[in-house]
Amino acid sequence: MPHRPGHRTRRAIIAIPFLAAILLAMRLDRGPVRASSDATHPGFVLRDQTAAAGIDFVHHRPSFDPKIAGVEPHVAALGASVSVTDFDGDGWPDVYFTNSRFGEPNALYRNKGNGTFEDVAGAAGVADLNEPGEGVSMGAVWGDFDNDGREDLLVYRYGYLSLFRNVDGKHFQDVTAPAGLHRWMNSNGAIWLDYDRDGLLDLYVTAYFRSDIDLWHLTTTRIMHNSFEFATNGGKNLLFHNVGGKFEDVTDQMGVGSTRWTLAASSADFNGDGWPDIYLANDYGPEELYLNDHGRRFQLTTAGLESESKSGMSVTLGDAFNRGRLDAFVTNISERGYIFQNNNLRVNEMSGSHRFRNVAEGAIADAGWAWGAQFGDLNNDGANELFVANGFISANRNRSYWYAMSKIAGANGRLFEDAATWPAFGDASLSGYEPSRVYLNRGVAGWVDVAKKVGANDLYDGRAVALADLSNRGTVDVVVANQNQPAVLYRDFPDSANHWIAFKLIGTRSNRSAIGAEVLIEAGDLKQRRVIDGGSGFASQNDRRLHFGLGSHEWVDRAVIQWPSGAQQTVVRPQIDRLVTITEPER
Amino acid sequence: MADATRTTTIDGNAVSRAWQRTSKIDPRYLIAFLITLVLVAAQLRYHMLGSYDRLVLALVVCTGTEALLSWFDRGKFVNLLSAYISGISLTLLIKPQGGALWPFALGGFLAISSKYVLKYRDNHLWNPTNFAISALLLAAPDRVSVLSHQFGNDLTTNLVIWIFGLIIAARVGVLHITLTYVASFLVLNGARALALGQPVMPEIAPITGPMYQLFVFFMITDPRTVVRGRRRQIVVAILIAIMEMLIRFASDQGWPLPTAFSAAPAFLALAIVGPVAKWLDLRRLGVQR
Repeated sequence: MPHRPGHRTRRAIIAIPFLAAILLAMRLDRGPVRASSDATHPGFVLRDQTAAAGIDFVHHRPSFDPKIAGVEPHVAALGASVSVTDFDGDGWPDVYFTNSRFGEPNALYRNKGNGTFEDVAGAAGVADLNEPGEGVSMGAVWGDFDNDGREDLLVYRYGYLSLFRNVDGKHFQDVTAPAGLHRWMNSNGAIWLDYDRDGLLDLYVTAYFRSDIDLWHLTTTRIMHNSFEFATNGGKNLLFHNVGGKFEDVTDQMGVGSTRWTLAASSADFNGDGWPDIYLANDYGPEELYLNDHGRRFQLTTAGLESESKSGMSVTLGDAFNRGRLDAFVTNISERGYIFQNNNLRVNEMSGSHRFRNVAEGAIADAGWAWGAQFGDLNNDGANELFVANGFISANRNRSYWYAMSKIAGANGRLFEDAATWPAFGDASLSGYEPSRVYLNRGVAGWVDVAKKVGANDLYDGRAVALADLSNRGTVDVVVANQNQPAVLYRDFPDSANHWIAFKLIGTRSNRSAIGAEVLIEAGDLKQRRVIDGGSGFASQNDRRLHFGLGSHEWVDRAVIQWPSGAQQTVVRPQIDRLVTITEPER
Repeated sequence: MADATRTTTIDGNAVSRAWQRTSKIDPRYLIAFLITLVLVAAQLRYHMLGSYDRLVLALVVCTGTEALLSWFDRGKFVNLLSAYISGISLTLLIKPQGGALWPFALGGFLAISSKYVLKYRDNHLWNPTNFAISALLLAAPDRVSVLSHQFGNDLTTNLVIWIFGLIIAARVGVLHITLTYVASFLVLNGARALALGQPVMPEIAPITGPMYQLFVFFMITDPRTVVRGRRRQIVVAILIAIMEMLIRFASDQGWPLPTAFSAAPAFLALAIVGPVAKWLDLRRLGVQR
């Protein structure tokens, strides 16, 4: 075919935008064209005061049956957890860490009130929980299941559950068997919630590997997920109903027995009907939302969550945009060049469209291989920041498992369900040496990572994050449990010009811990909601006390408390810059 | 028994006639049908798109660029079917950071404009989608990744796509390319695993995944960019598999290649071998299309 005249010229003209497109792609690879402007003044700093506080906890990962030695670094990559409560009732939050190797103790750091801690786990009877035949700890949650005013402790394991009753604020008694909880589960998460509003805390325990698997005595190596996106061959989550201190398995009756490799659960009343719902972050699958039908049964609803199947690592709840609603932030996996699953910031629109809408984009969407995360107002400006722990396996810096992972991740599920078919890990890293992210909330301008600027510089394999005002200063300190590595305490130093208020709630008709209670504050144009969690993020639990930053607001018009019992209470003009204790009205 | 035989014969004739009728269909329509089938199945069953805006954007940019450049370059509007195929392929394959849309726009433009810029004797050398994906992976590895696992790692979905894909590849006359590449992949990477003392299954596992389904049915068999002649096509398919095996070997050894090579070795292998083979082929033929 003869060319039209001037075809060389036209080709050259087309080549100009063609080359420009390649150059533009290279430019966009370096990040946003416009740099964020107000990230230079985050309004707070985080200081690593782990050693100064006397916290010397180091997590140790487990070892399993040699049949799965090739993938052991992957299977054994969980177990570092942190949960906060005031177990001795002295007004100072204490911190519990779990360990995951036989013979290595868990730690209960009692807050001495002077900025330092002492490990009292041994004396309290909650240290030596990692024994052959019993399993290894994967995490713990605090809750006053018997409403005696003292926080009790549930430890979940790859192994048997353990429930410890807080006897006197100093010692714990193992009541697992009489409570009916002597169950073998390969669990990575649990939450307390009062799903039937009877005033007693019930328990939802998530399962990862199937519960018939003993990772130390394997009868088969077909223990892995059968899909990287829609796996349903995980362990079955269980719901236990608290009947006066004894726990009955009501999983099937209540319809919450997901087998989707759940890594984390959170609970709150998402649709405003007064009943606590359950939100699950599932590895190798879509998130799940179970709506509570008046305590009679849970209904699995899609709510827009089915549109993206990723690898949910954790779920935390917070009012991301000060709308007076609890939104959900779910972490996922991203690795440059290989995969961008992207984190989800799901805005709660349940009261309108009955859906959650994912609005994560830009920096907040990609934190790396993200694990535990928590919402907290680190600068007390009235808007929530997000602290996200990152990194999976830090080993040989020069060997990455990602190439090996890419071979099997695209394969048929029958192949990689068998752990024996996985390429051996050796000493490879997998998304290792990743920094934590601290996302500054700039409202409509989006979120920007200020971790380096504020001082969160560690490169540990972060797993669990818990927030607490450990020194009762009106701040949000950050405790991070790192896998196979030391724990870190970042003390928060916000701008002193900002005001704050915190609430300690005591249930009467509701469970004494007030888990599930929500507080909505209104201060001029500022409106924000928080919930007392019975477990949040990944393998973690925040301080019971709810902390609100107020910015320049010098008063709070009112605080509306929605108690788990269904009662609503309004406190007008509570005093600010202090902890306000509120007891639920008896009637 | 006799009736059964007759029925079988009648059915056989009907199938044969239907098969014959498909020979009158432009191969591009068959390929477009297959890629649409893949897209619809993936979305309905696995919600793999994430959002429809990326699909719309990729299709608009691909077809718009094709229409504009064909008019500008040739003075007429060409059939937009191949642009449609590129748009769907890019939507399926590109996985951007943070849900960004620009990779779909830039990818679409690069795919189509490459046909008008990277030419030899009036033939484009790269499969458009292969070029765009490879360029994005190399130019923007921090923002763009390629489909690595999708479709639920599910055997049923894989089988459906393989069955339709093989039928259409046979009809379009490129089945030998697909089969040669698959056989070469299995042999070469099995041998590589044995030579390196690695388990064989993980090394041949990728061929069961959706990225390779798209690769063997839509990229390596692109009628416009394959060489002429059945025997030469078989040789090129083997060469592509060898190049991929070498890339994988380099990744095994931890050589400092760009991540794109480890993440999408098949795409990079085609991007390297395909244009060279096509250029040599065109040079040999010495004709202009």
